[in-house]
Amino acid sequence: MNSEHGFNPAFNMATIRQAFTEAVERVRMPTPTRLRDLIRQIRAARTAAEERAVVNKECAYIRSTFREEDSVWRCRNIAKLLYIHMLGYPAHFGQLECLKLTASTRFTDKRIGYLGAMLLLDERQDVHLLITNCLKNDLNSSTQFVVGLALCTLGAIASPEMARDLASEVERLMKSPNTYIRKKATLCAFRVIRRVPELMEIFLPATRSLLSEKNHGILITGVTLITEMCENSSDTLMHFKKDSGNREIVPNLVRILKNLILGGYSPEHDVSGVSDPFLQVKILRLLRILGHNDPDASEAMNDILAQVATNTETSKNVGNTILYETVLSIMDIRSEGGLRVLAVNILGRFLLNSDKNIRYVALNTLLRTVHADTSAVQRHRTTILECLKDPDVSIRRRAMELSFALINAQNIRTMTKELLLFLEKADAEFKAQCSSGMILAAERYSPTARWHLDTQLSVLIAAGNYVRDDVVSSTIQLVSSSPVSEQTYITNRFWESLQVANHCEDKQPLLQVAVWAIGEYGDLFMYGSNEDEFERPTESDLIAVYHKFLTSAQVSTTSKQYALVSLAKLSTRLQQCVEEIQALITSFGSHLNVDLQQRGVEFTQLFGNYEQLRPALLEKMPAMQISRISSQNGESSGSFDDNSPEWNGTEGSGNALIESNINTMGENTNILLDLLGSTDLSAGASDLVVATDLSNAVHKKNTRNANDIAPVSNNQDLLDLLDLDMSAPALSATTTTLGGGGDHSSNMNNMLAGLDLGGFGGLDSTAGTGGQGRISSLPTNGNDLANMLGGLGGVGGGGGGLIDGNGGNLLGDLNPTAASNNVTVSPPQNAPKLTALDKNGLLVELVPVIGNDCMKIFMTTTNKSDNTLEQYLFKAAVQRSFNLQMLPPSGYILPPGGVITQEIQVVATSNAVLRMRLRIQYAIDGQQLVEETEVSGFPQQQPSTSE
Amino acid sequence: MMLFMLLFSRQGKLRLQKWYMAYPDKVKKKITRELVTTILARKPKMCSFLEWKDCKIVYKRYASLYFCCAIEQNDNELLTLEIIHRYVELLDKYFGSVCELDIIFNFEKAYFILDELLIGGEIQETSKKNVLKAIASQDLLQEDEAVEGTLRDIGLL
Repeated sequence: MNSEHGFNPAFNMATIRQAFTEAVERVRMPTPTRLRDLIRQIRAARTAAEERAVVNKECAYIRSTFREEDSVWRCRNIAKLLYIHMLGYPAHFGQLECLKLTASTRFTDKRIGYLGAMLLLDERQDVHLLITNCLKNDLNSSTQFVVGLALCTLGAIASPEMARDLASEVERLMKSPNTYIRKKATLCAFRVIRRVPELMEIFLPATRSLLSEKNHGILITGVTLITEMCENSSDTLMHFKKDSGNREIVPNLVRILKNLILGGYSPEHDVSGVSDPFLQVKILRLLRILGHNDPDASEAMNDILAQVATNTETSKNVGNTILYETVLSIMDIRSEGGLRVLAVNILGRFLLNSDKNIRYVALNTLLRTVHADTSAVQRHRTTILECLKDPDVSIRRRAMELSFALINAQNIRTMTKELLLFLEKADAEFKAQCSSGMILAAERYSPTARWHLDTQLSVLIAAGNYVRDDVVSSTIQLVSSSPVSEQTYITNRFWESLQVANHCEDKQPLLQVAVWAIGEYGDLFMYGSNEDEFERPTESDLIAVYHKFLTSAQVSTTSKQYALVSLAKLSTRLQQCVEEIQALITSFGSHLNVDLQQRGVEFTQLFGNYEQLRPALLEKMPAMQISRISSQNGESSGSFDDNSPEWNGTEGSGNALIESNINTMGENTNILLDLLGSTDLSAGASDLVVATDLSNAVHKKNTRNANDIAPVSNNQDLLDLLDLDMSAPALSATTTTLGGGGDHSSNMNNMLAGLDLGGFGGLDSTAGTGGQGRISSLPTNGNDLANMLGGLGGVGGGGGGLIDGNGGNLLGDLNPTAASNNVTVSPPQNAPKLTALDKNGLLVELVPVIGNDCMKIFMTTTNKSDNTLEQYLFKAAVQRSFNLQMLPPSGYILPPGGVITQEIQVVATSNAVLRMRLRIQYAIDGQQLVEETEVSGFPQQQPSTSE
Repeated sequence: MMLFMLLFSRQGKLRLQKWYMAYPDKVKKKITRELVTTILARKPKMCSFLEWKDCKIVYKRYASLYFCCAIEQNDNELLTLEIIHRYVELLDKYFGSVCELDIIFNFEKAYFILDELLIGGEIQETSKKNVLKAIASQDLLQEDEAVEGTLRDIGLL
């Protein structure tokens, strides 16, 4: 205590200040809520609504003080507004007040004013001029902290205009003797250049002296500025290399770095034993830019990089931060071989680090350098494979990518083994990418054909349903181009794996490939030579398995498509069970799925009138020779690309098919079926775009081919003719529209394409006749063929009238759920209809249908008015004794004449009579309307027994 | 260069936001919302880095607060962790074992400290002592003004 002096200035000052403040608070009533109190009030709010009420009240108050130009409490009000802004409420009305605060003479006002400006201002034109003026004034202030505030604000929100207007001020301050101002001005210059690179010139002279300073603030900001300049323009980079004041820049930076690592302990800049890691990292980064593609500069920094790499303490994150930056620099400059190995080894050590962040960084960096230094990275392969088991997903992902980059012809066997283990246990998100990657690697490096086939099979088993379509098509392609012995072998393996896999619905890609192979090579599989001594099933066993797949609800339509085609093929390969096959196929003639139905009917034709064509049509497919060019060099167009593998993959294989078809064209008529088959190989059930693409491609190819022998117009005529033929049955078909029409129109395209091909195939025998003669010869020469196609067209028409000839349905198919909704919601024709509402042109009808365990009510809303009704919402309520479930409606917008349907399911739990209260909301021209009504007269239903 | 820094609580409440890029208000809100949900959903054993749009996100949790920074592709993510740590140290020194409440009630101080550490998304001062000295001097300037104002108001000056 200083009591012996009788006077303690600090003590007295504080008491006086407190007394005064209290006095002032008392005098000036009413005072606005203090910031602290407001925050307390807001935090005390229990609900969002309560909080909103507090905020709204305060905002209203703040607005009123702004209007009254109350300058005494402006600072406090802005501070409160900034808090409110952080909570997410609008606060833009405070922008101008912030500017007024910055113009005040008080430092407190300026401090809050600039803070507000940084938070509330955007780059709008009108405020820009005002703030520029404020900043200009303050940049010339005599108080260093005011200048500091202005520089900080400029650094945060400089727009290009502001940067231009204030660049010269910043440049002047960069030369200030005051280090506090100088470092801030240097970073401001960095920001100015970021926004307007042309302004770089004016700052160049001022950068000269920055690197000869001792102050770390100046050094780090200077290095940052120079880095930005060098990255921005190669001219400036050259300028710095040649001349930077008295000394060259590289030796200068090396000197600073050396001082940092060897200079001994300096408490001010020490971070757990490392001297100013922030500055070290910045210097290392600038060195990287200077040494990039510059042997001399690289030479000059080799030693210091080695020194940093070996001398840095690595027990903490700081040390590893510097090592990481050093590694990046070593990799980027023309460094010595030994140094590069050192760098990769540092990363190898990182991989073993217990800190997951460091492992992540290491994998990331290795991934970047793997192409330059493969052999060095290879040495850490085991560690990388170990990272596949890391608990962190991001690390596993990186490790997987890196593993793929490391696969080569020497290590493919071991790597594949490891990756297969990973694939089996991997999360769903990895499986697709991993399986595609493995297939690619196998394609590129597989040592033997059998190993390749085995790997392909293992991937299909391990990845199950996550396998992308490209894997399916590439496997099929691989099998089809293998020698006969391998085909027999793999078909047997496929059969085995089907037996072993207990849940085939989880491995549908495997199922697809397996049935394809069994169908294609059924004769080899069942009756060929059995070198590997596989156990063979009996024919009826085989058919039984097909029967199981085809009738299982879990097996997808695509898989069933494969199975049906396969079955048809088997009918010519097997010796006894043809009748069973026929029966199974015929049963699909009335299948609910259009495509399966079509296949069923088409294939049935092959057992009836066109029996004699069957063996020829179902010949083995020619080997698919086209392999993806990508797998060799990975850069050509149409290559396999991680971003869109499904697309390119399927397209690739589709083209392969077309290619091979064209090659064999003219030899036999089986092209047509192959082509039909190609739909299922190339496109999934609704992968419509690809399918149409494919058929377009077929068209193009054929047109080109046709050009060689006939004028285009003839070709066109032919198409026209066929088009007519096809659409005729459609006209007579019933008009029930179902979803999936698009699917069909693609099929129609395919058929047309097929016809196109087939037409020429048939014509080839009469090649050399004139174009005119070709058309007339079609009915005679290609008689059978044309008839059959006619049959197909007819079938298509009968199968539900799906050929409506317009492309509009294409869209329908892209949205399969909508389509299926339409199907389920259409009520039976004979059910009684209840009109719930008929008002203002809005007609709501309910059709109740009693089902087994619940009553289904089909709601149909028709808009008879001339207005478009939007946001249509249909709500229903029933008594307690009923359970109500509403399925999603078919839409929310009713154009004039439009219809919305929705299905409602009601389950009764007692014998009460159902009444339903309805609330119907919609908007016309943005105006909300509500209708309410009650409906009764539903048929009585039995209470659900389970309740 | 750092693109922005966000501080938010475990409940997802924003405690501080510093933007070094000019985004419209709507975009800022969207980014904040997206990042807060993404980061809060991450498990503690996951690493501190996220690849997000064309930048990298570095985040770290200190007690109940998440510190989250967006940096550019070329930036060193480990160094960003050090910057975050440095900021936490500064807050700790300034408030004396800082807690979330300090930052809520003195959010403007938290901004002032950050502004003495970073400008335009780049580090301006690597000495803790210098940063705290600058803050203390400015606080003193404010206090002097307060006293002066009070004296003037009651007619003593």
